[in-house]
Amino acid sequence: MHPAIQAVLTVGVAVIVSIGYFYLSNVFLDRVLFPARGPNAGRNINRANLIRPWLFLFPAFAALGLYLAYPVVETIRLSLTDRVAGGAYVWAGTDNYAQMLGDPKFWEALRNNFFWLLIVPAASTAFGLIIAQLTDRLAWGNIAKSLIFMPMAISFVGASVIFKLVYDYRPAGEEQIGILNAVYLALGGDAPQAWLTIPWVNSLLLMVVLIWIQTGFAMVILSAALRGIPEETIEAAIVDGANPWQIFFKIKVPQIMPTIMVVWTTITIVVLKIFDIVFAMTNGQWGTQVLANYMYDKLFRANDWGVGSASAMVIMLLVLPILVWNVRTARKEMR
Amino acid sequence: MDNIAGRKPALGWAVNISVVLLVALWLFPTIGLLVSSFRTADQIAATGWWKAFFPVEQTEQLRTADPGEVRAQEGDLFVVEGNIFGDGPATTISAWGVSSRDVAAYAPGETADMGDGESFTLNEDGSYRWTGTDDQISGRGQRVFVGVEQAPEFTLANYEYMLVSGGNANISKAFFNTLTVTIPATIIPILFAAFAAYALAWMDFPGRALLIAFVVALLVVPLQLALIPLLKLHLALGIGKGYLGVWLAHTGFGLPLAIYLLRNYMAGLPRDIIENARVDGATDFQIFTRIILPLSFPALASFAIFQFLWTWNDLLVALVFLVDSSGQTTVMTRHIVELLGTFGGNWEVLATAAFVSMAVPLAVFFLMQRYLVRGLLAGSVK
Repeated sequence: MHPAIQAVLTVGVAVIVSIGYFYLSNVFLDRVLFPARGPNAGRNINRANLIRPWLFLFPAFAALGLYLAYPVVETIRLSLTDRVAGGAYVWAGTDNYAQMLGDPKFWEALRNNFFWLLIVPAASTAFGLIIAQLTDRLAWGNIAKSLIFMPMAISFVGASVIFKLVYDYRPAGEEQIGILNAVYLALGGDAPQAWLTIPWVNSLLLMVVLIWIQTGFAMVILSAALRGIPEETIEAAIVDGANPWQIFFKIKVPQIMPTIMVVWTTITIVVLKIFDIVFAMTNGQWGTQVLANYMYDKLFRANDWGVGSASAMVIMLLVLPILVWNVRTARKEMR
Repeated sequence: MDNIAGRKPALGWAVNISVVLLVALWLFPTIGLLVSSFRTADQIAATGWWKAFFPVEQTEQLRTADPGEVRAQEGDLFVVEGNIFGDGPATTISAWGVSSRDVAAYAPGETADMGDGESFTLNEDGSYRWTGTDDQISGRGQRVFVGVEQAPEFTLANYEYMLVSGGNANISKAFFNTLTVTIPATIIPILFAAFAAYALAWMDFPGRALLIAFVVALLVVPLQLALIPLLKLHLALGIGKGYLGVWLAHTGFGLPLAIYLLRNYMAGLPRDIIENARVDGATDFQIFTRIILPLSFPALASFAIFQFLWTWNDLLVALVFLVDSSGQTTVMTRHIVELLGTFGGNWEVLATAAFVSMAVPLAVFFLMQRYLVRGLLAGSVK
């Protein structure tokens, strides 16, 4: 059977099963378990309504628990154990963490991730804000925004191929087909460079790929925020003689600061998990390693689940402050 | 706002020009790859893609006819005449030479003196005249280096190669595998999430706020943490590596965003409608299927687009839960990474593969951008 047919069948089965579950479980609750008739009708209706939310919640939260919450706990356990022959696990205490901290590649990954965190969210948000402001009153602004937003639909792997061509290197004397080297030579560079093998420069060039993708996201959100600014505040500033720069930096930016923070943290989370770009372009060679790729290396190439899980915990630890902040703002809003 | 005081026309121009530059900067890399996917391997290697729209100068090595059959005697000398392109298509010659040390030594129409009375003349249209002594005009034909201008040329051969022929590089199988992963992985989470979102938005029960906080927290949990524990689980349950595993994994990873997006949207629906329905005796199940679901269509569409783009473009989850050593279940992202290794410098293969994989998401993006933007705006925690 062709897998695509299998997929369509699965969708059909999933739709029937889930609708069947919700319908039948509600019927069971109302007709069999707590029927709304007989001497206890009133009490039964109340009881049924107490249980009903959990019928609605059960499948989703069971999946969430199994696929996201349980793995967090299990990863903590794995990071504290070692696998031994025969599939058993022995308690290893903090050995895995010690081993990881002694690995220069880990420190390289951590250092690179730190620079990614410093540069990518800042650059994407800044570009997004500038483009959102510039296109705000433009007749063809929507077309421009749509084109800059487009990389959002392109996979990290596709983007890696796109930028590998940009960074392509041919030995000196040959025709350069990578536009970066062509521009570099046209601007008076002495010889073509193999950009992706030059430490520091290569990390920056990988960051460019993510900035290219994430700027569109920042732009869309910030552009909506700019439109939401009350006109009176801007009109008042104009009446008071503010110039366009002052209006932008002193009136608009402070008013959309909460949105800027949201964009910043969202991109920060993407950066913390960045894997595909490094995996496809350099695979962590030439000093470009990042945490997620380091983890993948340990888990699936070195088959070291202990150290791999320990490095996954490092990523989790870095995400934690944002997680707490998100939960707190969400709860504040709910009130 | 266009005519407000203090707005100078010069500034308007500056804004227009800088936006044009930014858009160009953003489009340039993609266009480069797109153009390359329509060029032959030789063209890509010969010139940068930005020169693809201009004629290319190429040097070809050609040979005259062998003297043995065609040489004619003129007095003391022997002569070979003909056209250097033979039966092939004629092009315009811009320069030529008879030695590999200087392949563009002569202009068309000039005569090369090859020493000892041997000479060679080549015209613009490729006709030549080669004269010399009995000894010189013998054996194999004279080697000539010809600089020709090739008109810009684009081809669909790369797509034919990647989709139809192409052997190991062929991407059509990976395309269908990706599609197979994507369809259930997009639809199943919606089914689960819609019911849960309704309960979180419109049903009152103890612990509701806590569950919402739980969902918000899971929104940012890196799925990297889930890889090994879930792979272990799948192996223990006998699911192993395969489509079922990757569908389940994508469902789990997509649920937090689905629940969050749908709950926010449903909570914003007018209260009157739902309460009126309750008063009229509708059950929760009826309210959900008859009222909430149809009204939530925009939010459902937003999430579906997100999840579709994310599962289509995903590499990591597929690598861990699906792709095995048999190579039967490879997805496009994985296939392209492999091509990057084996066809590292063959840009015609890489560019075409990348565009095959990007075509569907780009189409979805441009057709459904409205929903995507709406989803983004609702999905970011404010």
